[in-house]
Amino acid sequence: MITLAKGRKILRGTASQSWVAYLYIFPSIAIYAYFILWPIIQTIRLSVFDWDGLTEPVFIGMKNFIELTQDQILHQALLNNLLFIPFFTIFPIAIALFLTALLTRKKVKGFNFFRAAFFLPQVMAMVAVGIVWRWIYNPTFGPLNQTLTFLGLENWTRPWLGDFSFALPAVGLAATWVQYGFSMVLFISGVQHIDENLYDAAKIDGANEFHQFWNVTLPGIRNELSVAMVTSIIAALRIFDLVYVTTRGSPGMKTMVASLWLYRNAFQINRVGYASAIAVLLTLIILVLSYVLLSEGSKR
Amino acid sequence: MNSHKITLIRQISRLQRNTRNLHIWLTLYGVLILFLLFTVSPFIINILAAFKNNTEISKGVFRLPEEWLWTNFVKAWMQARFSSYFRSSTIVAISVVSVSSLLSALSGYAFARMKFHLSRYLFIVLLLGMMVPQESYIINLYYQLRKIGLTDTYWGLILPQIGMSVCFGSFWMRAAFSEIPGDLEDAAKMDGCSSFDILWRVMLPLVLPAVLTMAVLFFVWTWNDFLLALVMVTSESLRTLPLGLALFQGRYARDIPLTSAGATIVSLPIIILYLTFQRKFMRGVTTGAVKE
Repeated sequence: MITLAKGRKILRGTASQSWVAYLYIFPSIAIYAYFILWPIIQTIRLSVFDWDGLTEPVFIGMKNFIELTQDQILHQALLNNLLFIPFFTIFPIAIALFLTALLTRKKVKGFNFFRAAFFLPQVMAMVAVGIVWRWIYNPTFGPLNQTLTFLGLENWTRPWLGDFSFALPAVGLAATWVQYGFSMVLFISGVQHIDENLYDAAKIDGANEFHQFWNVTLPGIRNELSVAMVTSIIAALRIFDLVYVTTRGSPGMKTMVASLWLYRNAFQINRVGYASAIAVLLTLIILVLSYVLLSEGSKR
Repeated sequence: MNSHKITLIRQISRLQRNTRNLHIWLTLYGVLILFLLFTVSPFIINILAAFKNNTEISKGVFRLPEEWLWTNFVKAWMQARFSSYFRSSTIVAISVVSVSSLLSALSGYAFARMKFHLSRYLFIVLLLGMMVPQESYIINLYYQLRKIGLTDTYWGLILPQIGMSVCFGSFWMRAAFSEIPGDLEDAAKMDGCSSFDILWRVMLPLVLPAVLTMAVLFFVWTWNDFLLALVMVTSESLRTLPLGLALFQGRYARDIPLTSAGATIVSLPIIILYLTFQRKFMRGVTTGAVKE
């Protein structure tokens, strides 16, 4: 009895403060729960149903997931997502490292200007980026073909976005253009936290610029590198706006990606249950990958 | 200013002394300028195109317009209904930014400064919202909102966007509020301030820079959002700028100057905001990267 009363007293003591705290977080949690969390749970539920969005959903067990393994278009889409990864990760990160090296180890005049300019594409709407690059690749009078013609390289000109082998790299290049400023800003902020003594020590050991970069800078921005890696891999797996505006998956299925295929299933061919299964798969891939990469990154 | 001059003079004398150094500096700036061109030329040719007419486009993309035509902007604004898209984007963005910032400040404050039973669990649940991609809930969000008649309304664009924003916002504001020393709070409590007074009068002014960074991020995410608008909105009068631009491009694909003017109208507000809040942008987007 005594312990019970004591317990109640303790509970009441904290409860009064809890009560206020819940008032503060309630609006956020409520909106989040209704508009984000509940739809996520529903997606998982619907992935085991067959549903056209109008009639009663029919429970079909794992059939949607079995179909995932046989869906040629989905496989092509996932392969394309994979092919997009270098354009989101390796290329922009390499450029970003290079620019970081140029901008940080010498007192570059106009440092702020260069940094701000390289970051500019990052703030643009992907739709606008798509529109601009679609025009750059325009077969008849796009800037790229015009430049090639001007340089006397007529036989290099082609309808870039309609070309079976060049469409994906062409869209990928636009993604690279958007991405490297982001990684660079991340890396520069990392470099600014590196202890200057490390560089001095390296210099005393006779290390040249390149060795300093390799032995001091790179290890110093390890965390930033892994964050850049994870976020850009996720961006490559989620690519949607850019493809929607530039190619919509064409030519053939050469630039079809997972989220576009999901969108088509859900809203154009009304296979809502199957689209939910794709969503579950995509989400799982992203969550597992980011977990593995981030825990791997922090382990070292 | 003086120290700049001194370093400059030092640099010049060093350059004069050593031609090898000169080579290094020339290569350095050469490479930087090359990348600068790669970065800004899409913007420049897009703006140039927006001022030309269709025949001039084919003559040379890097050439300045013979006559700077504002007609494309006028046409895009009136005929292609960019004025209406702009209004929708502004209504949605302002609602999302103001409400999300307020709600995030409230919840971030509670998470940072109060003890309550479910604190840890609720915070983890919110973090989940930062990690799952939009694609994982967009399908059922649509059907759920259709059932209660919120599709094809501003609410359908605003409320889900707030739901996404407060996940990052709570996380961001919790970090900001945690940095304030506890003495300040205790002193205010002694003076008999209520918890809301403490938040409003004592804490909030101290975290204002963090709030501003967060608000800028919310604005960019909302302004640039495409998928949510694509799924939710069917009436033309509710279309936001990115949605309007994407669908408009399908219709006027051949009118490059007009689409270029459209792309400029979509990007300009963000670019102006970016040039004003550069540092906040960079800090915010790179920290906010955890969200994406």
